[in-house]
Amino acid sequence: MLGILTGIIILLASGFLALLIRGRRLWASYVGAGGVVAAAVLGVVSSARILSSGGVESLRLAWALPLGELHVSVDALSAVFLLAVFGMSGLSAVYGIEYLAPYGGRKPLGVSWFFFNLLAASMVMVLVARDAVLFLIAWETMSLASFFLVAFENERAEVREAAWTYLVATHLGTAFLLVMFALLGRAAGCFDFDRFGELKLLSGNMGSVLFILALVGFGTKAGFMPVHVWLPEAHPAAPSHVSALMSGVMIKTGIYGLVRVLTWAERPVWWWGYLMVAIGLTSGVFGVLFALAQHDLKRLLAYHSVENIGIIGTGIGVGLIGMSFDLPALVVLGFSGAFLHVINHAIFKGLLFLAAGAVLHETGTRNIERLGGLIKSMPWTGLAFFVGAAAICGLPPLNGFVSELLIYLGAFNGAKSMAALVAAPMLAVVVGLALIGGLAAACFAKAFGIVFQGEPRSEQAAHAHECVGLMRVPMLFLAIGCALIGLFGPWVVSVLAPAVECVSGLPLSSVAGQLATSMRPLTLVAGCGVVLIMLGAGFALVRWRLLRHRSVSTAVTWDCGYVRPTARMQYTASSFAQPLTALFSPVLRTARKAVAIDDVFPGHSELETHTPDVAGEFLFRPIFSGVGALFSRLLWLQQGRLQVYILYVAIALVTLLVWKTR
Amino acid sequence: MSVELILTVVVLTNLRLLGASRLGACIRTVGLQGLLLGLLPLATGGRLTTLHVVVLAVGSMVLKGFVFPRLLFWALREAHVTREVEPFIGYTGSLLIGGFMLGGAVWLGDRLVIGGTTDLSWVVAVAMFSILTGLFLIVARKRAIHQVLGFLVMENGIYIFGIGAIPGIPLLVELGLLLDIFVAVFVMGIAVYHINREFDHMETDKLDVLRG
Repeated sequence: MLGILTGIIILLASGFLALLIRGRRLWASYVGAGGVVAAAVLGVVSSARILSSGGVESLRLAWALPLGELHVSVDALSAVFLLAVFGMSGLSAVYGIEYLAPYGGRKPLGVSWFFFNLLAASMVMVLVARDAVLFLIAWETMSLASFFLVAFENERAEVREAAWTYLVATHLGTAFLLVMFALLGRAAGCFDFDRFGELKLLSGNMGSVLFILALVGFGTKAGFMPVHVWLPEAHPAAPSHVSALMSGVMIKTGIYGLVRVLTWAERPVWWWGYLMVAIGLTSGVFGVLFALAQHDLKRLLAYHSVENIGIIGTGIGVGLIGMSFDLPALVVLGFSGAFLHVINHAIFKGLLFLAAGAVLHETGTRNIERLGGLIKSMPWTGLAFFVGAAAICGLPPLNGFVSELLIYLGAFNGAKSMAALVAAPMLAVVVGLALIGGLAAACFAKAFGIVFQGEPRSEQAAHAHECVGLMRVPMLFLAIGCALIGLFGPWVVSVLAPAVECVSGLPLSSVAGQLATSMRPLTLVAGCGVVLIMLGAGFALVRWRLLRHRSVSTAVTWDCGYVRPTARMQYTASSFAQPLTALFSPVLRTARKAVAIDDVFPGHSELETHTPDVAGEFLFRPIFSGVGALFSRLLWLQQGRLQVYILYVAIALVTLLVWKTR
Repeated sequence: MSVELILTVVVLTNLRLLGASRLGACIRTVGLQGLLLGLLPLATGGRLTTLHVVVLAVGSMVLKGFVFPRLLFWALREAHVTREVEPFIGYTGSLLIGGFMLGGAVWLGDRLVIGGTTDLSWVVAVAMFSILTGLFLIVARKRAIHQVLGFLVMENGIYIFGIGAIPGIPLLVELGLLLDIFVAVFVMGIAVYHINREFDHMETDKLDVLRG
């Protein structure tokens, strides 16, 4: 506890210090990032200790503000998320030093670091706060700090628009949370989380209302469909180390909030789990489909965040169904899969955003169609992206596979059940996860293949260089993390047992017992992974030995025996994804603008596709324009005269007074 | 002087404010009201004459009776205006509404029960009337000076309310209120001067160009 609070103080202090530093270009970066790294080391150690001991550490202090009190506490559930927050903050900060360096002359970097450290500190506070008022203050600080980080390049119109979209979305979400906590506070008579838990406030019809409020409020931050609309806007607009932090861990605070609220339930109502599974699978499938149709590398990754949040949501749904039907195997496998995927997604999505940032940093473009062949000029980044891509697709022996396997195991376990009410959604989970995995593989085959392989499609891509060491180190750490969790899966899963105990209310021995039954497949997979890696290394060795004394010539990719091959003969990202996007065109609604070739001697022709977000375009745009039209009818209230406004106030006050003294 | 007399004069000054068009007269009336209110706690006969009430009373008399009128006259001279022309609601109409407000205030005063104020039963009604008069002046007049005056009259109402509710309002709140008013008059006096200098008038109804 003390370590984590010290971490928060270090973060805030270094943030303020960075804010004060002007002039000297990189000092602000060193101070800001240095503070984050120090806090991260401290925080990771403390939270790992709490997670391994399985205990709860808390602290209550008197508070001068009205409502609530300063009550912070760390249990295993918080510790899991804290690990991800501290780890990713530290690594992104190291990366950010070099990433922000080119902006040094033009922008006040101290401001950016101030908000970065504030974001990290507020995320930690969100995870340890045990009082609704404190939680909401931290939550709002987090939203605002990330808003300012997204708006870093505010001289560009699209960045400003993305930042506003994010601000509106996050505040609408917070509005739902305010209502939820107000209802909880009224029922409990105080705002203490422990009290909410003791009273088991999430039960009956009121419980369902609270669950829906939490789902919308926290889901907006997490990025469940259809309230995900801010993700594909804000993540590309933000600087890449910020995208990595936001996508890797900030959206997980939404998942944390939802799970924390669920711990106040006596026993989930049966349809909660169904709803979670439905939302999770929808987010997963649609997220990956929209990712497939994108041309912007970071936007593609943002849609994959929606997909992975969907997988996490599916895991939670499996756990909830297990809780309401008294199937401990489902509870344990679902929740442990979801928690492990939270950590895993933080690692590989962080890695992918950092690698994409390196590409953007070196080539100056995020457009996949203008990249290509970067593996030759940027081998480290290419390797990092490859590891991340394989992990996010859920391929063994990397970490994504382990967490998805846990959810699969839970779903299969439920599908074997005799009760159709359990078996049906579990079959849907199995089918849905398989579909998501397949489409994700296709999407990353496209992303990696087009960006890193083949030949450069533009001047910028042709003149790219490898990024410097300070940017490579965090990527290396994360790539190793992907592999380690993949290979030591069984051990990592057993560490998560106390967190599952927190949510499910099952005794620790029962959780551990359930996890032990899933150890066999996990160990088998880990063993296969080791064999796979050794085989790979062996083949590489054989290849090296065979080629050692021979002359090896290299040719351009897609040479095809032509005399003068050109980069334009390659597959493009659009053409690679076209069969799949055409298959799902009723959902994607891709706008297509083409100049067709209809002559014997074809002249100039072009093809342009654009896939707008279906929820943003067909759900929120009509809603918001309707609300706007409604409010414009009230424009007569705005007279522009001070006297009239004071009259409104006076009328309101007198009415209240008369009403009260009636 | 008895409490009833002071309160009656306060009601009369309020009515005069509603009916007067000359700004100088209005400022003097508000100054008179401030002086009278300073006397109010002293007139209650022993019950309220503790040291802090006396200090407060003298302080507010000096501020409201001399400092504020002087500031406002200065603003008036700088702005070269002497009277309110074309108010939103005319003077006869204002007086008529003033009568209704007085009736409403008495009705409210009967309803609002404040513990242990049987000897000051009129106080709440006069307080309400002053607050309503202040609000009305702010709403119905165009000159920025009138807004400041309305604000002051409203504060006077709150002060009277405080007398009625003593020992309900602690010294700190009273002092804070006084400081608030002082800063407000100061700022508004300067603002009036600047509005006048920038726009050649100080009619707040012409500041509506920001309407959506």
